[in-house]
Formats: sequence, structure tokens, C-alpha cells
Amino acid sequence: MNRRRQLCTFFLQDLYFGVEVEKVQEVIRYQEMTGIPLAPAVIAGLINLRGQIVTAIDLRRQLELADRQAGRLPMNVVIRRDDGPISLLVDEIGDVVEVEEDSFENPPHTLESRRREFLRGVYKLNDKLLLLLDTEKAVSVAGAHAA
Amino acid sequence: MDPSRTGDEIGSPTDEMDEIVKEFLVESNEGLDRFDRDLLALEKDRLSRELLDSVFRAIHTLKGTGGVLGYEKLVALAHAGESVLSRMRDGTLRLSPEITTVLLAMGDALRRMVGEIAASGKEGDSDYPDLLEKLVAVLNAGRPAAQTTVVQAKVARIEGDVPPRLGDILVTSQACRPDDVEAAAELQREGDARLIGKILVDGGVACAQAVAEGLAVQSDHRDLSSNTIRVDVALLDRVMNLVGELVLARNQVLQFTASQEDSGFLSTAQRLNLITTELQEGVMKTRMQPIGNVWNKLPRIVRDLSVGCGKRVEVQMEGADTELDKTIIEAIKDPLTHIVRNAVDHGIERPEVRTAAGKPPEGHLLLRAYHEGGQVNIEISDDGAGMDTEKLKAKAIAKGLITADQAARMSERELLNLAFAPGLSTARQVSNISGRGVGMDVVKTNIEKIGGTVDLQSTHAKGTLLRIKIPLTLAIIPALIVTSGGERFAIPQVSLIELVRCESEQAGIEDIHGATVYRLRGNLLPLVDLNRELQLASQRNSESVNIVVLQAGERQFGLVVDEINDTEEIVVKPLSKQLKSVACFAGATIMGDGHVALILDVLGLAQMARVLCEVREQSLAEHASGASETAARRESWLLFRIGQSGRMAIPLSLVSRLEEFPASSIERYADREVIQYRGQIMPLVRLSQALGYAGSADSELLQVVVYSANGRSVGLVVDEILDIAEQAADVQHIQQTETLKGAAVIQQRVTDLLDVPALLAGQKLMAAEGARA
Repeated sequence: MNRRRQLCTFFLQDLYFGVEVEKVQEVIRYQEMTGIPLAPAVIAGLINLRGQIVTAIDLRRQLELADRQAGRLPMNVVIRRDDGPISLLVDEIGDVVEVEEDSFENPPHTLESRRREFLRGVYKLNDKLLLLLDTEKAVSVAGAHAA
Repeated sequence: MDPSRTGDEIGSPTDEMDEIVKEFLVESNEGLDRFDRDLLALEKDRLSRELLDSVFRAIHTLKGTGGVLGYEKLVALAHAGESVLSRMRDGTLRLSPEITTVLLAMGDALRRMVGEIAASGKEGDSDYPDLLEKLVAVLNAGRPAAQTTVVQAKVARIEGDVPPRLGDILVTSQACRPDDVEAAAELQREGDARLIGKILVDGGVACAQAVAEGLAVQSDHRDLSSNTIRVDVALLDRVMNLVGELVLARNQVLQFTASQEDSGFLSTAQRLNLITTELQEGVMKTRMQPIGNVWNKLPRIVRDLSVGCGKRVEVQMEGADTELDKTIIEAIKDPLTHIVRNAVDHGIERPEVRTAAGKPPEGHLLLRAYHEGGQVNIEISDDGAGMDTEKLKAKAIAKGLITADQAARMSERELLNLAFAPGLSTARQVSNISGRGVGMDVVKTNIEKIGGTVDLQSTHAKGTLLRIKIPLTLAIIPALIVTSGGERFAIPQVSLIELVRCESEQAGIEDIHGATVYRLRGNLLPLVDLNRELQLASQRNSESVNIVVLQAGERQFGLVVDEINDTEEIVVKPLSKQLKSVACFAGATIMGDGHVALILDVLGLAQMARVLCEVREQSLAEHASGASETAARRESWLLFRIGQSGRMAIPLSLVSRLEEFPASSIERYADREVIQYRGQIMPLVRLSQALGYAGSADSELLQVVVYSANGRSVGLVVDEILDIAEQAADVQHIQQTETLKGAAVIQQRVTDLLDVPALLAGQKLMAAEGARA
């Protein structure tokens, strides 16, 4: 079977991620954010998306990567969800790429288990690996309580 | 109606459920609600043709549509009920309580089938043979069975429900006899192409004018049904959201206009402003529903309940057309039901008890709703047994919720409010309806969740009144905007009591052992620093302190913020579920400048800051071993110093106020120091002298703890107020004297517990000597 699917891609540190285009509502530049005191650290704040209040999750923190350098503004990948959109903060936005299903593989076991949880698998592209993000995991804040 | 179509042809699993079935479900539920309501009304007003017709139509429509969709069991049951109703329409059967019960049971069975269809697409397995039998028994009561078929045949010929048939209208208005209409209808069936009105007029059995009037009535019905449309609530919610956004955009435009001078633009902006406001009001109205929508279910509940426990209850409603936002209607549905159940189950007595008490045998339950000052008041009152505060007290003590000491000091109102305490039920017998001890506390929590309050008044043997106050709407609320740590926060106006600005830290704010309090007109108000609670960096200018006095449940507290801005109407937006763990925010809103601001959840914040005792109590209870004894003694203590080193505590509940008096205002009366206080002569007791502590300095200002009991006050002069501590005091009777109950470790220090009543009795105050002017 040689099905193709389109992924919206983005960068996080030196990692190359993709999310199915159908799941992405939109991609927007940095928005001013309102911080939420006492919220779990992975929650970056609230943004005003044309009158809608959207929670932004810092994907770097979610994946336990180092924090973005000060002054470097993240981009929003707004994920469409039944109970309202959620924004994922990423470093850079990439192209929409078309991948073939037979280049797909399960996440390699060598990946740290924490990071592997957030991946559904890996697409082997010609020049690099494209990590397919598990959006359900990415937007979930596990039993997070106030710091 | 096409009986040849069966359920198998449609055989709709839920995901394929088409529009017709959906509409059928909505209509059926509405119809069954109407059936219940009107049937109960009919029980009171047995001669009302209108009610009987409505009840009949409800079942008839259900049967008709159900038949089209092929729900055979449903049709069979509805048919049996319809036959009974039809006999009532013919006047050959009178409604009796037994018949009402059977018909209501039929309504329930139909509702279950409809529910089953909604869930699984099928009408369920049961065809309710018992119920059918009962209905047939009712139908055949006192008449030969042969006639049944005639009735059925006749019923089957009635087509459609709204608008009513012209013939029916004419019969009801007594313009012609049923037989003539029947004959005319027969002619039509035999092929007469004339309209029924024409046949009747031609036949000379009805006059042309009456027929014209009948037609007008009929077309009124038609107009009514075409004047309203059904709208999906989700769509309304979406429209409401959009209007909320429009309001925000309008606010932004208006801010922009301030810097503009183009008159054309300014007048357009003004117009936009007006239209938006009107649109907002209009959309808000679409979400408003009369409270009657919730109340309508209550008579049925009351009836089932009162029949079940052998009571007679009459329900009266006032202000059923009072409108409330749909979300609020939803939120109060369960609490209301529970309160009404309670009133019937516990409140209203059995007829024989009532008669013995000189009351009418039928209990009276009054539901009242009215608008007052931007809020809606809902009152539920009964003329039942009322609440027995003694019983409440005994129960609360038995359950370890309060100590006997505390109980003795509680006011009537406080005792009544024990009914809202978790785990308390005064019903001697736990019935299947209420009295399991969950309930009133849930009622209170649910109502407070939507920003409402509950107040309970009850007179033993006279009755109980429960008053609920709730805001009109939750979607757009007035709020106070404050700034703290550089962020803006919105505080719902309903929790706001007053704003206090202290010009300097010294003015009444006292920081003792880490707990900050503010003396607000003699009362100690616990202070919560928003910056500290939310771990924000303070940007406060040191001089003045802004205190927002808030009501959280029964308690008040002061919230210290950096800056108090303004009040504004805000559109409340919920927070996503990722943020549910943060208890101190109720939602978020978008400000005029497009920034997002968080809405503070006053109750959550108070609990987090432990201004309310629950949280602290819980954590203490976990530590305490042999919990029940200690748990019962957990209280708030007022700590004070007498002499140089005497550290003492009395339960805060004994303290009515803390006052300061200049030494010069002391007067003497009957060999005793007294002071004029609130129109009374209040005796003073210098504790250091009374208890023999040395080293008390004669200061210019007396620190006085005002103790009140039985309408009298005594001032206890102390040397310094230290703190208020909330904790379990494990009293150790090391050295018990007449005036000391013992000692306890409070805030890690040994503290004497003063026995105030004993002390005053020793001083011959309160017990013997009067202190009144």
C-alpha cells in the first residue's frame, strides 16, 4: 500500500516534527501571551486568537528540551480539537511535506522513553528523519498541579 | 399514517438516525412533559376541556408519529392510553387519582421507550403488559367491553393534532353537536368533496358565523406554530460567542475613536456601538428561559412523592415566567428538585399530624420567583414542620461536626445553617428519596458555583423558607479589574463587598506570626496577598495598600492587590481542561485592548489561601491520630497576652468584636469599671487583675475583647491581641482552675485556655448581675 499523507512540519531545537495537516487549524506568528500563575510549567499562557482564548503549550517543556533562548519568539501551531483549539509553541515552521506510508516506522527504541511517548512514529525522508507528533499526548497535561 | 412501513425498514442505528427520528424524539419529550403537566393540572381542574384536549393531543401525536416510524410497542401503549383519554373526552369516564397514576405510569413508560430509541434506535424489549392490562381495566371499568372497539375506531379517525380540527372547535364552542360533526365527517369519507364547514352549514346544523369563528380559531393555532422555530442550543451558543467577540471588537473601535476626529467615522462608530449593544441584548434574550421550564417537572415529583409517603401536598407557583439564562436554568434544576423533595419528605407532615396541629390536612408548597436588583430570587416555602434546631444540634454533635460547647454558643441562624453541613440529615427514617445526608450541602455548593447564595429560614412547627439568589446570566458579568504583579485580573462583582485603601502599612494592618489581619471597623479581616498567593513579582509602591474585601461562602477576607482599576462588563470564557487543576481561576476574558485577563475564582482563592478552614482542617485531620476527639475540638482561637507573659486563648466564636477604648472613657458604676458601648453600659473585666497576672502597664488605650451572650456584652481588657489561630487544640488538664479550662499547644506554644463563662460567673457578671442600662 502506497498511501501518501500531508504533514505540517516544524522545528524544535534540532528535531524535525510533523503533524497531519487535517489536525492543524492554522499556523500563526508569535502572539502576546498572558501567563497563568500556578499553572503547570508546560503551559506557556493564554493567547487571544481573534476573540477566542486559546491555551498555549510550550512543546519544548513538554518534551523536556532546554528552554528557548531569551528573545527568541516561538511560533504557534494551533491544533484543532473537539473541545476547542490548543496552541503548540514551536521554534520554526517548516513546509507542508508529503510523505509515503511505507517510509513509516515505529519510534526507535533508542529514543529516551519520555520523548518516545510523544511520538507516533518516524518517517524516513531522503535527507533526514521526520518525527510524527502524537498531538493527543502533546496537549495533555498529566495530573499537573500548582508548583 | 402508513402502517405498512415497519421499524425494520428504517431500522436506524444511532449514527444513521435521520432528521425525522430526531425531530420525533424532541417532539415526544416535549409532548410527554406537556402530558405530565397538563394531566396534573387536569386532576385539579377536572372539567377543563382545554387541558383534557392537550393531554389527549400529546398522546395522540406520539402515537401517530410513532406509527409512521414503525415503533409498534410504543403505539400499542399510547393507543391504550389514548382510548382511556378518549372516554374521558366523551364524558363517559371521570378522572380519578387512580386513573391519573396509571396514566402517569404510561407516560413514564413511553418516556423510557423514547429514551431507548434515542440511545439505541430501538424501542426496547418490554411491551409493558401489566401497564396495558391496567389501562384496559380502567377503560372497561363500569361499561360493557363491546363499546371499547367503538371508541378505538373513533379515535383512530382523528387525524393530526395542531391545528385542531374545525369540527372539534365547533363542538367545544357548542356551535354544533358532536353527532352532526361525526355525520359530516362520514359524508367526507364517503367521497363528499365539500369542506366540513360547508357540509355543516349546508346541512343547517351550524350557522355560518360560528363556522367562520371556528376557522379563525383554527388559523390562530396555525399562526402560533409558524411563529416559533426550534433552534439548536449549540448554534445559539455560537452566536452568543460571536456577539461576545463583537462586543470586544466594538470596545477596541471605541478606544480608537478617542484619537480620531473624522466626524463621519465617529458617527459610524457610535452607530456600531448602539447596534452592538442592542444585538447583545437581543441574543441574551434568546438564551433566556422562563423558570417555569424547570418548575413544570416539580408538581409531578411532588405528586409521586406525596402519594408514596401518604401526604397531601398542593403546589403553588408564582412568577413562573421569570426569565433566566439557559445555563443557569440547567444549573439550578437539580438543586431545586432536591429542595422540593426535601420539603415534601421532611417538611410537610402527614395529614393526621397536620390536623392534630390545627393545620389544614393538605400541605402547601409555594414556589416563588422574582427579579430584584439584577438578580433573581427563588423562594421555596412550605407550611410543614419546620426544622428543629435542637434536633439539628444533637445530630451535629453526635456526628462530631461541632462540640457541645460550640453548639451552645451558636445562634439560631447558625444552627439552621448546620443543615448545609456535609453528612447531616435530620430525617429519623432514611427514605429512598432523601435523608441520606448528601444533598443540602451539594445544593449549597452547586448554587454557590454559579455565583448564587442560599439562605434558610425556618420556624419549628410553622414551616421552612429557602431563598436562593442567583445572577441573571453568567455569560457577561460585571467585574472589578485589578492589577497585581503587572498582570490584570478580573474579580466578579458578586463577591465584592467593598474597597479599602490604607494610606500606610501601619493603619490597621497587623502582621502577627505570619498571618496578616486588618482591623476593619473593629472586626479582624484576614488578608490575602494576591502577589504572594500567585507567586507574582510585586510592583507595589510601598506607601498605600489596596484591599479588596471579598465574600467567600460564609466568610469575608481582604485581598491585597497592587492597583484597583475599574469595573467593566466582561465576557466570561472558560479555561481549557489543561488548566482545571488551577483552582483559583474561574475563567478568562478579553479586555478592550485585546489582552487576555484571568478571572479570579474567589472561593477557590480563599481555599487556597486557607482563609476558609476546610483545607487546613483536612490536612490537620490527616496528621491527627485518634482523630475524632481532636477533630471535634478544632476551632479558631483568639490569642492574646495578659500581664507580661500570660499567653491565653479563647474560642474566636465567643468574640463578637475587638475594640480599642481610651482609658479616659472608663466610668464607674456599682463598684465596677464600665464603658458606654453601643447604647449599653458594658462592664469591663481587666483580665490581668482578675486572673492575678502582674506587670500590666496602665496604657492610654485599652485593648478590649467584646464578649456577648444573651444580648449582653462584657469587655475583657487584655494587654495585647496576638493572633488568630485555626487549629485543633488538644486540651491538657494539667492545672485546671475555676477560670482556666486547661492548656493547649497553639502555634507551637503552650497557651492557657480561658473559660469565659466561668470567669464571668466568678465576677458575678452575666449570671447574676444585669449589665443593661
